Amino acid sequence: MQFGIFTVGDVTQDPTTGRTPSEGERIQAILAIAQKAEEVGLDVFALGEHHNPPFIPSSPTTILGYLAAKTERLILSTSTTLITTNDPVKIAEDFATLQHVSGGRSDIMLGRGNTGPVYPWFGQDIRQGIPLAIENYALLHRLWREDVVDWSGKFRTPLQGFTATPRPLDGVPPFVWHGSIRSPEIAEQAAYYGDGFFANNIFWPKEHYMKLIGFYRQRFEHYGHGTAEQAIVGLGGQVFMRKNSQDAIDEFRPYFDVAPVYGHGPSLEEFTAQTPLTVGSPQQVIDRYAAMRDHFGDYQRQLFLMDHAGLPLKTVLEQLDLLGEEVVPVLRKELAKDRPATVPDAPTHESLVAAKRAADGARVTEPAR
Amino acid sequence: MTTRTLAVVSAGLSRPSSTRMLADRLADATAARLRETGDEVEVVTIELRDLASDITNNLLTGFPAPRLAEALETVASADGLVAVTPIFSASYSGLFKSFFDVLEPGAISDLPVLLGATGGTARHSLALDFALRPLFSYLHAAVAPTAVFAATDDWGDADDAAKPLPERIDRAAAEFAEVVRRSTRTAGLRDPFALPAGFDPTGVGGIQ
Repeated sequence: MQFGIFTVGDVTQDPTTGRTPSEGERIQAILAIAQKAEEVGLDVFALGEHHNPPFIPSSPTTILGYLAAKTERLILSTSTTLITTNDPVKIAEDFATLQHVSGGRSDIMLGRGNTGPVYPWFGQDIRQGIPLAIENYALLHRLWREDVVDWSGKFRTPLQGFTATPRPLDGVPPFVWHGSIRSPEIAEQAAYYGDGFFANNIFWPKEHYMKLIGFYRQRFEHYGHGTAEQAIVGLGGQVFMRKNSQDAIDEFRPYFDVAPVYGHGPSLEEFTAQTPLTVGSPQQVIDRYAAMRDHFGDYQRQLFLMDHAGLPLKTVLEQLDLLGEEVVPVLRKELAKDRPATVPDAPTHESLVAAKRAADGARVTEPAR
Repeated sequence: MTTRTLAVVSAGLSRPSSTRMLADRLADATAARLRETGDEVEVVTIELRDLASDITNNLLTGFPAPRLAEALETVASADGLVAVTPIFSASYSGLFKSFFDVLEPGAISDLPVLLGATGGTARHSLALDFALRPLFSYLHAAVAPTAVFAATDDWGDADDAAKPLPERIDRAAAEFAEVVRRSTRTAGLRDPFALPAGFDPTGVGGIQ
């Protein structure tokens, strides 16, 4: 089981002080937060992608490349990389490079993006979101697996005799997660390829995601990648903690009440009841997230959103101390209990290399029999 | 014998409200017509006032709270919808529009709908045809030909002597009941988690 954090990379005014960090300060804060994630024993750091203010992560592999040099264990990922408006050739190149730079400590989560104008800014049509995600990934999948690709599709210029460089590290492409909030087509795509499926989980009631994940698991089995229980599932989450739960509520409420995404809408109490947002003591967070698998099945990756809505860096770092020291170690134990041995961990570069060697070995020895 | 569900959406704000009164009259008259031909009818009434905060929250967060989700599901899965709003500033009320704005796209395609509206005077009655009818056309609903407007006077002595409100309600209900009877929509309701027909996860040769 992997635990980590994901960030949207928003530059937001701290409502309690009225101060808005500069883009430079926010980028430095994100670099500090990611390194802190490794220091407190988390496994994954994932960065969003946006192409409009007030967000800073327009160039995720630049930031992740820096972090690759500054960390040793942390898996560097995205949340999400826009498969609709990025050229799949550039994604293949950037993320194969990141794989080499990080020594195999990277993977990628693909998503369609939710900001309408990004499509026309990058020469695409939002009404083609699903077809773009399907075709672009079909090409990306081949670019990482075939040394020389001939391609023609609807959305990008054709390729003849194209080789994406560098080739993936050890001949093994980065593991791919597909993130989706509402589309069964994307769950189907993840299942077809045997890739991971990530449900961001933080904006909708769990019943919606239970259906979407249930569908993905069933189709994963249908396509012969393993049983439904063996499908690779990731979940988002969102927490704010203090030792004393009332302190957590008092401190977080002013941020919640005016947060860019849900501010001025439901009360903190309504939102925590209806979504996985948990504001309280570390034990309350443990109880809430230890029960997630009762709804979604045993899963592989849990990412928490910790640094949005203008929370100051100091507070976020304190939150990560609590998450790494008091919450995640207990959750690791809780989620390991009664977890069937047949349920795999999230694929890593090492596990994928081992699987490839086993498959190649079988292929080499077969004709000799 | 067929059991049919009529969803009734009333956007009246006061309690009691004449909008709710008209909604009830339209629903009762429709149910009576359907029962004449042996149908069982269940009427489920949704007062938007009770859901006003949840509707606003849905606009802001993108998801419905449980009570609103139940109301939206009631409407989407009904055999017919009676939708009644007060006329504010020459159109449906903002609350009425917001409710239909948070419905999933396609949620009421082909749904038989009977429109009703209330207002201070009969001078507002055309809002039914220049505001409500286009909204439901956009939503691809099957709107019954006659819609009913009730002005304040319609509830009292100064009622329209030639075409009194009960008569207008009965005519609308008869037409609407016929649309509901003919509709095969609920038999083909699509699971929102179903893939589109012909979907190919590789996209090869399958570009939509």
